[in-house]
Amino acid sequence: MAQTKSAAARHVSIGERLLFEKSAPGKRGMELPPLDVPAVDAARALGAEYARDGVEGFPEVSEIEVIRHFTRLSTWNYAIDLGMYPLGSCTMKYNPRVNEFVARLEGLATEHPLQPVELSQGCLRILRALELFLLELTGMDAITLQPCAGAQGEYAGIAMIRAYLASRGNPRKRVLVPDSAHGTNPATAVTAGYEVCNIRSDSTGRIDIAHLAESVDENVAALMVTNPNTLGIFERDIARAAELLHARGALLYMDGANMNALAGVARPGDFGVDVMHMNLHKTFSTPHGGGGPGAGPVAVKKHLEPFLPAPVLVEKPDGTLGWDRNRPHSIGRLRAFYGNFGVLVRALAYALAYGPGMVEATCDAVLNANYIRKKLEDVYELPYEQPCMHEVVFSDARQKKHGVNTMDIAKRLIDYGFHPYTTAFPLIVPGALMIEPTESESREELDRFVEAMRAIAAEAAENPEMVKSAPHSARIGRLDEVGAARKPVLRWSPQ
Amino acid sequence: MYPTNYKYSQEHEWVALEGQTATIGITDYAQHSLGDVVFVELPKAGAKFSAGQTIGTVESVKAVSEIYSPVSIEVTEVNAALANAPEKINQDPHGAAWLVKGRATNPGEMAKLMDAKAYEAFVAEKEKEAGA
Repeated sequence: MAQTKSAAARHVSIGERLLFEKSAPGKRGMELPPLDVPAVDAARALGAEYARDGVEGFPEVSEIEVIRHFTRLSTWNYAIDLGMYPLGSCTMKYNPRVNEFVARLEGLATEHPLQPVELSQGCLRILRALELFLLELTGMDAITLQPCAGAQGEYAGIAMIRAYLASRGNPRKRVLVPDSAHGTNPATAVTAGYEVCNIRSDSTGRIDIAHLAESVDENVAALMVTNPNTLGIFERDIARAAELLHARGALLYMDGANMNALAGVARPGDFGVDVMHMNLHKTFSTPHGGGGPGAGPVAVKKHLEPFLPAPVLVEKPDGTLGWDRNRPHSIGRLRAFYGNFGVLVRALAYALAYGPGMVEATCDAVLNANYIRKKLEDVYELPYEQPCMHEVVFSDARQKKHGVNTMDIAKRLIDYGFHPYTTAFPLIVPGALMIEPTESESREELDRFVEAMRAIAAEAAENPEMVKSAPHSARIGRLDEVGAARKPVLRWSPQ
Repeated sequence: MYPTNYKYSQEHEWVALEGQTATIGITDYAQHSLGDVVFVELPKAGAKFSAGQTIGTVESVKAVSEIYSPVSIEVTEVNAALANAPEKINQDPHGAAWLVKGRATNPGEMAKLMDAKAYEAFVAEKEKEAGA
């Protein structure tokens, strides 16, 4: 235990100010050679309104100060390359180095999206290979790689459902969302112009099928469901749910955020899903965090194919690949270019490097989550006691008796050298601890995590103040999150 | 804890009716489960809602929750003080932190809501389920 603590305490000795605060007049990063042509008055050349005398408040620093500043900040980061990152629902798995090697290959890294199609056949072949792989893995019929995040994929999916239903005469009014859903699901439905109606979970944490049955009518456009759901529990009645929806002309949307529990084992297309998105930055090991770049491909069944975002990648009669832009029923274009190409290359590299081994990765992800479940169930409350899939959700009910909540435990975990798990989500579990180890962790690393969590549970009972005031070994102690949200300071200004 | 002259919804809103004027807020149980409230979004005066419709949202550090109108209402006044002091919802949910006032357009709906005693029992059941 002492070891993990000292690891987390690295770099504490170096303070770091903002570049603005390091600035001093006249310092600069480089010296330009003297002009060897006559000087031009910018105001005269461009017009006075386009010229200014300088930028107020722009930091003036030397090159080594800039390098040290950003290098120091980079060492304060916590990353999967430093240790376990059990952030539930985010699938923070290892990003294999082969992905990076392939994405940096000359001929891939240097391609330009406005290059003519004839000169881009290799890149298009990569996109096509990824499309075919994802279709095989999901059991769906057609796909777009265009969306650049899970949320954009969701929006594209629901927009397609709307376009499909409208083409049949009535776009309908409501989208059903289980009470365990990711917050993006209702947000997507509202953005696409639908009302949201919550579906209850039953005592096993699954969709209450009876409540679903009575909620589906001719005004319902779709059910948005994550499978396995955010409790890490497989929706075993998913095929029945699909039947109930289809019987009333509604569609089944699957949020593929938790595809890491299914990849290579079960195919959403086989259990009745009409549209789904995947997060390549989760399941397919592309870089994650820091806001992207993400990739949220959307796969559909045949009946939704005409509505895919344009353009669509197609094989031409002569065997070459090209773009089909003549898509009269398409929901339109989502962004300037077709997906984040470099991210898509990495996902294909991952798929090809693993090959059939992806099944084993999926099984290991489920095994690791269940290992943690069994190793912690005697000290943390399990609101749903059955075996889980790729993630496990505990609650802080036992620690609450000592005044310690899930956020306190998460902060204390930082002292033990781990990234916190996801706190307070899903909302149907009060005080949730949502833990997703992924397949990347060895048993030794899982044991270290379990040991840390058990130590914190003991501290919560014996010395709750220690946990409530954590983190103690991080650079900065407990932040005032409430103050930051109520009175956000979004811009630095000189005092 | 829960004022006896208020009525309560299953979604944890309270409503007080004086003459034709309804005042709506969220309950102490609601503020407690939300945690520290950081933002409140309210409708404009003049807006009309029927019972069960979303009249606004409350955002805490944990989650964003919709507020459902327990009765049909034509809004005449919103609690503007909450924009700069959302913490009032945590401090005084049944009093100073009322959300909207307006004309109850169908006062008969009050009969469908719970009284303080029934709501307390409802909340006790919730807490038992949660194992807290």
